[in-house]
Amino acid sequence: MRLSTITAVALAFTATVASAQTKYPTDVTFEDGAIAASLSGTPGDPANGQVLMNKGAGNCIACHEVTALAELPFHGGIGPMLDGAADRWTEADLRGIVADAKVMFPESMMPSFYKISGFVRPGDAYTGKAIDPDAITPLLSAQEIEDVVSFLMTLRDE
Amino acid sequence: MKRASSLAFGLACLASAVHAQDTESKLVINDDIDITTVAEAPAHAENLSEIYSGWAFRSPETMALQMDDFDNPGMIFVDQALDAYNTVEGSAGKSCQSCHGDDAEGLVGARAVYPKWNANAGEVWTMEMAINGCRTERMGAEPWGYTSGNMVNMTALISSVSRGMPVNVSFEGPEHDTWLQGKELYYTRTGQLELSCANCHEDNYDMMIRADHLSQGQINGFPTYRLKNAKLNAVHSRFKGCIRDTRAETYSPGSPEFVALELYVASRGNGLSVEGPSVRN
Ligand code: HEC
Ligand code: HEC
Repeated sequence: MRLSTITAVALAFTATVASAQTKYPTDVTFEDGAIAASLSGTPGDPANGQVLMNKGAGNCIACHEVTALAELPFHGGIGPMLDGAADRWTEADLRGIVADAKVMFPESMMPSFYKISGFVRPGDAYTGKAIDPDAITPLLSAQEIEDVVSFLMTLRDE
Repeated sequence: MKRASSLAFGLACLASAVHAQDTESKLVINDDIDITTVAEAPAHAENLSEIYSGWAFRSPETMALQMDDFDNPGMIFVDQALDAYNTVEGSAGKSCQSCHGDDAEGLVGARAVYPKWNANAGEVWTMEMAINGCRTERMGAEPWGYTSGNMVNMTALISSVSRGMPVNVSFEGPEHDTWLQGKELYYTRTGQLELSCANCHEDNYDMMIRADHLSQGQINGFPTYRLKNAKLNAVHSRFKGCIRDTRAETYSPGSPEFVALELYVASRGNGLSVEGPSVRN
């Protein structure tokens, strides 16, 4: 059907160059795609994380299915199902994936929620107008990422 | 995963449960015009093996609206365009009809090969540019806005008389550089969401992205009558909307970038039928 690996290989070069100069709002250290330290220093709120999975800049279920959120309509099928995410990944892994999934999964289609640089023609939200690159804020704040991660940590099968 | 041929099966399922492209149903307009909605991908659409019209991804109800011109709301605008087509305008005292004959008969086949290299202008012209070329150069009339009502209606008329003919856009002649520019735009990940056309329409077509069933983003059906905004939509308006949704700064309708992108995207649909005005959600 689709030979997407060809595309992936063709695009790989560009992305490697871009990630060398990636900026985040605060100091972030990735190790194998994971971030060990809390981004905000304040424990996450899983209830707010659950809201962000559905609404606002998170909108994770646009691409992912989550059985725990089955009462919400229209889960997308682009990314893996997130059931059992906390069995497969550590909290540090999940923080890294949500903050910037392209560090763990180069070329991923998943947006980088904590990144603030390296975009091509960044826009001012969904107006279609340009934004001053220095004015870019991350899709999710440090605390919102902690909230989402704390919700993901509740997704266990075992 | 493929939906069994019948429309009834689709209707029986919840909308959210049914999301596979329909490769079985046939689109025949007015029991007369056979539309190719699935074809072998042309070699230059490197990462696809089959190409599909956006029609194949819509709900059975939406698909049915295109089977009869009386049900297709886009055809109302074709009638409006025919009035404009027959109206003399401009300093030369001519209408479109003066040069192209009754009911656009002289324009049969044009939609299938546009965008197209224009040797006089030394650039690729979209159908809109060709229409404005006639208005300003041949009629001595004012050009129409690129996505204005008059313009999109006229593109619907010109498309309607070529329905069923295979899209056959050239890309290896003098237009090749423009085509390459369009290809680069197609694969560029734009905006804060860093998504390219290919991310959605090549790597993930037939998937759901939230409530939307992703098609291949083919343009053989343009202009499209969208139930969502209840009007005819031009190709460049759709490009603009998709790029805006990546949280990017868009290009403008009629810009050189969108002309190039249109040429490239059109060429990916070589082999599908001209289908516009189509109906989409
Ligand atoms: C536009 C699509 C998209 C959106 C939006 C998105 N993701 Fe993803 N996500 C992906 C894809 C694709 C992968 C698979 C990784 C890859 O690219 O190989 C993934 C992988 C993951 C994984 C690892 C899954 C596993 O078990 O292996 C987690 C966890 C995750 N995403 C969480 C989230 C969260 C939380 C959000 C919202 C804050 C989110 N995603 C938004 C597309 C998306
Ligand atoms: C974030 C995902 C996404 C991206 C990126 C995207 N699109 Fe789309 N596009 C959609 C959705 C959703 C629709 C509506 C469902 C459909 O027809 O696929 C759509 C529809 C279309 C259609 C209408 C198809 C029809 O038959 O009516 C065209 C044409 C199109 N896109 C072209 C493009 C082009 C060209 C680009 C890049 C400049 C692009 N899209 C980028 C999500 C996207």
